[in-house]
Amino acid sequence: MTPVEVNVERQGGEEGGGRRHPNTCPECRSHYRDDELRHAQRVCAQCGHHFVVGAMERIDQLVDPGTFVEIGGDLRAADPLAFVDLKPYTDRLMDAELQTGLGDSLVAGYGRIVGRDAALAVMDFSFMGGSMGSVMGERFCLAADHAVAYGIPLISVTGSGGARMQENILALMQMAKTVGAVDSLREEGLPYISILAHPTTGGVIASFASLGDIVIAEPGALLSFAGPRVVEQTTGEKVAADFGRAESNLRLGQLDAVVPRRELRGELAKLLTLFSPTEDEPTGDREPLMTIVEGDANPIDKVLGRLGLGRRRG
Amino acid sequence: MRIRSTRCLGAWDWGDDVVRVSDEVRRLRKRFEARAEESHIWDAVQLARNPDRPYTLDYAERLFTDAFELRGDRAFSDDEALITMLARYHGQTVVAIGHQKGRDLSERTRRMFGMPHPEGYRKAIRAVELADRFGYPIITFVDTPGAYPGVNAEERGQAGMIARSILAFCQASVPIVSTVIGEGGSGGALAIAAGDRVLMQQNSIYSVISPEGCAAILWKDSGQARKAAYAFRPTANACLDLGVIDRIVEEPKGGAHEDVDAAAKFLDDAIRQSLQQAEMIPAAERRRARRAKFRQMGVWGVVDEPTIQDF
Repeated sequence: MTPVEVNVERQGGEEGGGRRHPNTCPECRSHYRDDELRHAQRVCAQCGHHFVVGAMERIDQLVDPGTFVEIGGDLRAADPLAFVDLKPYTDRLMDAELQTGLGDSLVAGYGRIVGRDAALAVMDFSFMGGSMGSVMGERFCLAADHAVAYGIPLISVTGSGGARMQENILALMQMAKTVGAVDSLREEGLPYISILAHPTTGGVIASFASLGDIVIAEPGALLSFAGPRVVEQTTGEKVAADFGRAESNLRLGQLDAVVPRRELRGELAKLLTLFSPTEDEPTGDREPLMTIVEGDANPIDKVLGRLGLGRRRG
Repeated sequence: MRIRSTRCLGAWDWGDDVVRVSDEVRRLRKRFEARAEESHIWDAVQLARNPDRPYTLDYAERLFTDAFELRGDRAFSDDEALITMLARYHGQTVVAIGHQKGRDLSERTRRMFGMPHPEGYRKAIRAVELADRFGYPIITFVDTPGAYPGVNAEERGQAGMIARSILAFCQASVPIVSTVIGEGGSGGALAIAAGDRVLMQQNSIYSVISPEGCAAILWKDSGQARKAAYAFRPTANACLDLGVIDRIVEEPKGGAHEDVDAAAKFLDDAIRQSLQQAEMIPAAERRRARRAKFRQMGVWGVVDEPTIQDF
């Protein structure tokens, strides 16, 4: 009964206890002002924990300033089933739009990454858990359409709890629809790079997100079809702490790389260079190749590449 | 009876009271209709899960001749929750793919209650590629609560394999007819359901999550499954209205389990006709046509101006 026994550590609330401020690191408890965290690309300076990033901020991090143009920003979810659970679906949509300033859980568009054009589809986990509904699927397809129309690569960044239950079967069909969009890229021979952020689960990872020609994940991201709680509850199996994490997925052969957020833009630039045809001389308004990779690759290769004599890799 | 009497009252010209009575009638009637629909939907859920309901193999033995089962994914093992076969159907060779639940406990455990592991989908992809190579049409039977949500399945890439299976169906240049014959549960069902023609049996269900799962997440109580099912309407009629399926296949009175032969006859007619329709699409255009079919699925609105102008 003595107050001395109160555990100060636990008072702050366990992870997921609901008491943690969104800008407090769940791993090392460091706390940041929002502008500090934004400046640090939402990576904890103490322990390297990757916080969840919103779609617009992510686009800021990856795309050359001022080059992003949104597609399909005027699409909004309808409510085909007149769905009501504890709250009507339309109310949830309105709340999410007011909270995030986004029309749905995915922002589609195109822009330049270190001078190279790419179509983009970037998800926002804070909009209804990044759930996939009709608008999300359509916007992803619009980004893919743009990539096909202009012959440029598609890059997606995903963060999603899965399909949106409020649209039930139509949400499920978005899986087939987005896979079809990836198929149209494959038919045209255009590269698709998929970046998986925390968390990418359910219908999103079981459709387009897994089908990247290159699949990259952020450190510590949860990437699984069924979440750990669902696995534990339905099968009674004990789930390891690193279940479905990016690092274990890399070990199990499901990913090409785990790339820390600060290196992501550089890696994308490298991949876009590798995927661009060697005879494709950069146009005048692009930055010269030498500055693109920032000392990452052998300059001789680039010169040879420009002359069409590049050594073929893998 | 009570309703009829109040409606009689409403017919009298009693000033303001008339309005109130007829409002009450409308409210009651709406509630009764909702209750009736709720129980109708729940009946469909129960029928779709009825343990006596015919499964893939029951239909296969009535629809096909000379069936030869294709087993194994050539990489890891043979998943018995999903079966693939070569068979003769109305004089032509077809590839059939379907989920298979078990009849008794030992078979159910062996077949994982029709919940495939990644091996199962790898086997399905193998079957699709085989069909594509030889130009055989593909007929699929969908009947699964969902893909198996276990640690091993996840470690072997459940999500990626479902995605690859949908892609394999997208890319095939042969006609594909898919029928939901029981539970069409989520991605595990869609993995073999991306066909040129998608059918559903009258009492089958097709949904993004089980009613129990939906209730557990949105109502925070899996006991509210009945309410969840009413809210998200997993029935064949709703799927047809939303443009997700092309046709509803009739079942004998009381459900397919009441008369399996009759159910198989209805299914046979529907599949044969749908296959003929799918065969009308030229092979070179089939991939694009199938993609276009799924592309138009979804419902959304357009606002006048995009609200994000941060850039």
